[in-house]
Amino acid sequence: MTIQFNDETFRDDYSFRNSDRAIKRFPFPFHEDSYMYSVNMEQHRGGPSGSVYEKRFDVDEHYLSEMRDRAIVLAEDPLRCQSLPHMTLAGWDTLELIMVSKSEDYPDLFELHRDGSRWRWVNKPMGIDHTFTFLDETTLPCGPLEYITRQAQGDYAVLDQRGDMLYMDAGMVTTQADWSLDFDIGMDFFEWHAPVPLAHEMGIFKRALKFLLNVQQGAPARRLNWTMTVNPLLDTSPENYHKWGIQKTTLTPENIGAKQHLRVELQTFYRLPRSNALLFPIRCYLIAFQDIVSVPKWGRRLHRVVRDLPDELATYKGFIANRPMMLDYLSQYDDGLPTSPGVWPDLETEPPLQR
Amino acid sequence: MSTFQFPPSIRSRPVYGTLAPRPGKAHLMIADAEGAEAILSLAGQGPGLMAKTHVIYIPKGTGETYVDQLRALKSAQFYTGPTYAASVQRIRRVLSDAHMGLQVYLAGTEGLMGQAEAEAIAAGIPHSAIQTEHRGSVARRMQCVHCKGITEDVMTDPFTCAHCGLNLFVRDHYSRRLAAFQGVCVDAEDPGNVPEPRELYS
Ligand code: HEM
Repeated sequence: MTIQFNDETFRDDYSFRNSDRAIKRFPFPFHEDSYMYSVNMEQHRGGPSGSVYEKRFDVDEHYLSEMRDRAIVLAEDPLRCQSLPHMTLAGWDTLELIMVSKSEDYPDLFELHRDGSRWRWVNKPMGIDHTFTFLDETTLPCGPLEYITRQAQGDYAVLDQRGDMLYMDAGMVTTQADWSLDFDIGMDFFEWHAPVPLAHEMGIFKRALKFLLNVQQGAPARRLNWTMTVNPLLDTSPENYHKWGIQKTTLTPENIGAKQHLRVELQTFYRLPRSNALLFPIRCYLIAFQDIVSVPKWGRRLHRVVRDLPDELATYKGFIANRPMMLDYLSQYDDGLPTSPGVWPDLETEPPLQR
Repeated sequence: MSTFQFPPSIRSRPVYGTLAPRPGKAHLMIADAEGAEAILSLAGQGPGLMAKTHVIYIPKGTGETYVDQLRALKSAQFYTGPTYAASVQRIRRVLSDAHMGLQVYLAGTEGLMGQAEAEAIAAGIPHSAIQTEHRGSVARRMQCVHCKGITEDVMTDPFTCAHCGLNLFVRDHYSRRLAAFQGVCVDAEDPGNVPEPRELYS
């Protein structure tokens, strides 16, 4: 199907909206009525037709607006995209993976024509038609990682693998849940995860690292992570926290349904062929509470998850102060009926709200 | 003794040990302030060690307290610098001239050790050849995550960024590359409500 791209903003007037289709395909992250950290990883081998899991790099109605937002962030702060000197080859690997995947998965939107190292890349939605020489940086307007990730939704961390450890040595990070690439660049897997509560003690990061070190070329993996964001703000960076933090205090019982968003990250893991680096795309999906509760199962479940979430996690995710107001709102959509297992909306089989 | 036991913290926060002499043809000791005490004690443990050692010492607030004692160790080379910034060119030169097997000993404040360690790593010295021992002040070198400016010797939480003036809280999250802890706006969600600064670890 052809995608109608929205013309919308993730700042100032926040005109971002999800269509009905986007709501139904939203990657709801809770497969049961409670949530705790776990090593929630699985193979990334597609998914139901139309779902966000179907393609290697999902392109949706927000594509063009997200790319415009990224360009604004980069103009204000070029340090959001960095690559340590030894990571250039991994940048080319990333460019290749994204160009090949997008042109194969969305042939009506993207084309890649390869004649030896002479490559022609056509990005129709963004109006780009560019011929360059693969592995020759002078033929691109910027580094390969920056070039391709200015044209691909989601953040990207590129991990160098040395001696059974991953190091965050490059990235494009403009839609992050409150962490800084500029600060974390060069850190190892345990160091950049240091601020996360409980998970270290639970042994989660040890097991997760072991899994990642064994991700093979052609066999990508994926997991979901989530947090909460007031207003559909993509750039919840620590760099700008002194500007956006105040927005958390603007919630009222009247506006919470429209303003409070669940923020879900579809994280995927790809082994790169030449550099042996690991590519970690972090794709952010936002949905307003009022749109979540339009799916009865999700409304019931979100209330239970938020209610029972350990304080440490609500604090770390930054919504402990707003949790009571969230619960007042969400409890209206929880009639106590059981929910079906799994993340899917199950609109045909789950009963409507009994109120 | 000017030692302090740091409480357990998160994984990015550095931990320090106790300097011990290691075999090697060449040794580089870099210390500031009370870090001199660690050098003095190290010198006492390794006969012949100092004759193969270059000492770079930045007295900071301690003035002349340790200088004569350090000089009396009769190291192969002894340099005192007025500040770290004034000494860093020399440190880089010594590191770039270094041969395989150079042993590096760092002592004193976290800011000094962190910066000198970053220089050593950049010069290709393996981690295994670098030892650290904290002595003296628990002051921190802080990076403001907002303006990226570094504020040296931060003693309180919160503190005021020396560059942009925001009131920042002191995190334990630490970057070895920057040799700095992270400072984040403390009153972003309640502008003007800045808690009374408390001395670190008080
Ligand atoms: C190698 C790829 C990965 C990268 C680059 C990455 C990066 C990050 C970063 C930067 C944070 C924020 C930490 C902060 O507060 O500053 C984070 C949080 C977290 N990461 Fe990862 N991560 C990766 C893989 C994983 C994997 C495989 C797991 C599996 C369990 C995982 C679990 C978590 C959890 C549970 C959090 C806390 C999230 C929250 O509560 O909102 N990460 N990660």
